[in-house]
Amino acid sequence: MEEFDAIVVGAGPAGCAAAYVMAKAGHNVLVLERGKFPGAKNMWGGAFFGPVMNELFPGFWEEAPFERFVTRHAISFLTEQDILSIDYKSDVTEPAEKKGFITLRAKFDKWMSQKVEQAGAIVASGLAVDDLIVEGGVVKGVKVGDEQFASNAVVLADGVNSLLSEKIGLRKAYSPHDMKQGVKEIIRLPREVIEDRFNISGTAGVAMEFIGSCTRGLPGGGFMYTNLDSVSLGVVVQLSALMDTQIKASDLIEDFKNHPAIAQLIKGGQTAEYSAHLIPVSGLKMMPKLYDNGVLVTGDAASLVLGTGLILEGANFAVASGMAAAETVIEAHRKEDFTRDELSNYEKRLREQFVLKDLQTFSRAPQFLENERIYQLYPELACSMARKIFSSDGKPRENTFKVLRKSLGKQASMWKMASDMIKAGRAL
Amino acid sequence: MKVEDKLALNKFDVDRDVHITVNDVVCVECELKPCVSVCPAECYVIRENHMTFSYEGCLECGSCRIACPKGAIDWVYPRGGFGICYQYG
Ligand SMILES: Cc1cc2nc3c(=O)[nH]c(=O)nc-3n(C[C@H](O)[C@H](O)[C@H](O)COP(=O)(O)OP(=O)(O)OC[C@H]3O[C@@H](n4cnc5c(N)ncnc54)[C@H](O)[C@@H]3O)c2cc1C
Ligand code: SF4
Ligand code: SF4
Repeated sequence: MEEFDAIVVGAGPAGCAAAYVMAKAGHNVLVLERGKFPGAKNMWGGAFFGPVMNELFPGFWEEAPFERFVTRHAISFLTEQDILSIDYKSDVTEPAEKKGFITLRAKFDKWMSQKVEQAGAIVASGLAVDDLIVEGGVVKGVKVGDEQFASNAVVLADGVNSLLSEKIGLRKAYSPHDMKQGVKEIIRLPREVIEDRFNISGTAGVAMEFIGSCTRGLPGGGFMYTNLDSVSLGVVVQLSALMDTQIKASDLIEDFKNHPAIAQLIKGGQTAEYSAHLIPVSGLKMMPKLYDNGVLVTGDAASLVLGTGLILEGANFAVASGMAAAETVIEAHRKEDFTRDELSNYEKRLREQFVLKDLQTFSRAPQFLENERIYQLYPELACSMARKIFSSDGKPRENTFKVLRKSLGKQASMWKMASDMIKAGRAL
Repeated sequence: MKVEDKLALNKFDVDRDVHITVNDVVCVECELKPCVSVCPAECYVIRENHMTFSYEGCLECGSCRIACPKGAIDWVYPRGGFGICYQYG
């Protein structure tokens, strides 16, 4: 049986980060990826902020295949007919690494895995790990079909469904409440058309998030990101809500595309790909055991995703946790100790840096974000107020407070709204 | 645009081995059949009161596995290299 200093399962951001750091430190690392190439199985919104990636690959934007920088960020409330947006654009010149980068996973993951190979690790694509080798409660390697690969340290970076961590008892089966389902289309449009419609040029890009009718009021939202010559458009919805209402995400994305404000932006575009993926959204509540004898769990497999409603941070958490796992394994090699006790340093590292700190800070967010008023009532309310303020029926105008109270109508009281706002303040 | 037309745009390397099997005997007793609404690829279809499943268009999201209340779904990933192969992601 071939033996490695470390084996990493999955070549997403978490796995690539872990493998890269260990290979750089001189370890003999094997990465196994079930996709035909790294990225072949992955999709996302998506954009990430640069600083964490920059720590791993300094100056990465000089060579990484990103689509555009985020120079405009818009958040919109949608009803079936209206849209009310907060559109943020800044001309403050940020250092490159602080920007938001819009990327496509099939290209970006491939690039990351090439960096991993350059650092000396073996990246074997097209191989799905079926099981872990466990002897006397200690993980000793992995099984791929009839083949086995041995290692004292196995890093699980196998993403949201992490069948392997469930198999060895690090976590229980997930509940539909802990998951959101994302569906997305790539819609191709000529580059000039995108730049014209979104009012951008060069490598500038737009990130847009939507709340309201795009999910028919179910917990979740819509998104749109500009790529170089396509847009990524999708919806994200609580899995349990799809079950309860029997609404399909595939219908929601069609409605979303047909919303007057969206249809105008993607007019004439050709769908080129349709994808779907889950997101673990319950944070600390659903976090599995992060380590055991000979094994560490990183990224989505460890539910390390921060969703505050407006932003979804998965990539940075994946990279940071991959790096922390790698440092833990490097130290374990130095001490020749791969026991649970030694590997507990992984969790300590995550506590010291932003990963577990942020999840702790926003630990009330998942519960707050289940409040249906956020997706139903408030988008309606905001848009109907705007409609009243920005239109005129020729009669004297009422003051804003009165408009608000009338718009709220019987659906909710001012008190309820105030209480939601206080809760939002605490949770977010 | 219909889901099947969207799936036709995707690149798949369909394996002869089936990676998901559904114990449709159990489905008879399942009232809400949530697999039907959660599957973004419409792999679960009820035909003449009977659950039919086809794995070819599966996007490997894992939703059905989590949503099935009866444990009727035997779910693993396709063999390495097979299944959905995103070109954009
Ligand atoms: C719709 C949507 C939008 C999102 N938007 C954003 C965003 O805008 N910004 C952001 O930061 N995050 C976003 N995320 C979250 C982000 O994509 C994830 O948090 C991140 O990809 C997690 O990285 P990972 O390496 O842990 O897992 P993954 O990227 O899922 O990688 C796991 C890898 O393991 C492989 N694998 C799995 N099982 C096996 C096995 N048994 N054997 C071999 N290989 C295996 C998979 O093929 C895959 O390549 C979004 C997610 C979704 C679904
Ligand atoms: S949810 Fe499960 S038991 Fe119910 S119909 Fe679907 S596969 Fe069958
Ligand atoms: S894994 Fe996702 S796409 Fe595949 S059958 Fe289940 S719900 Fe449908």
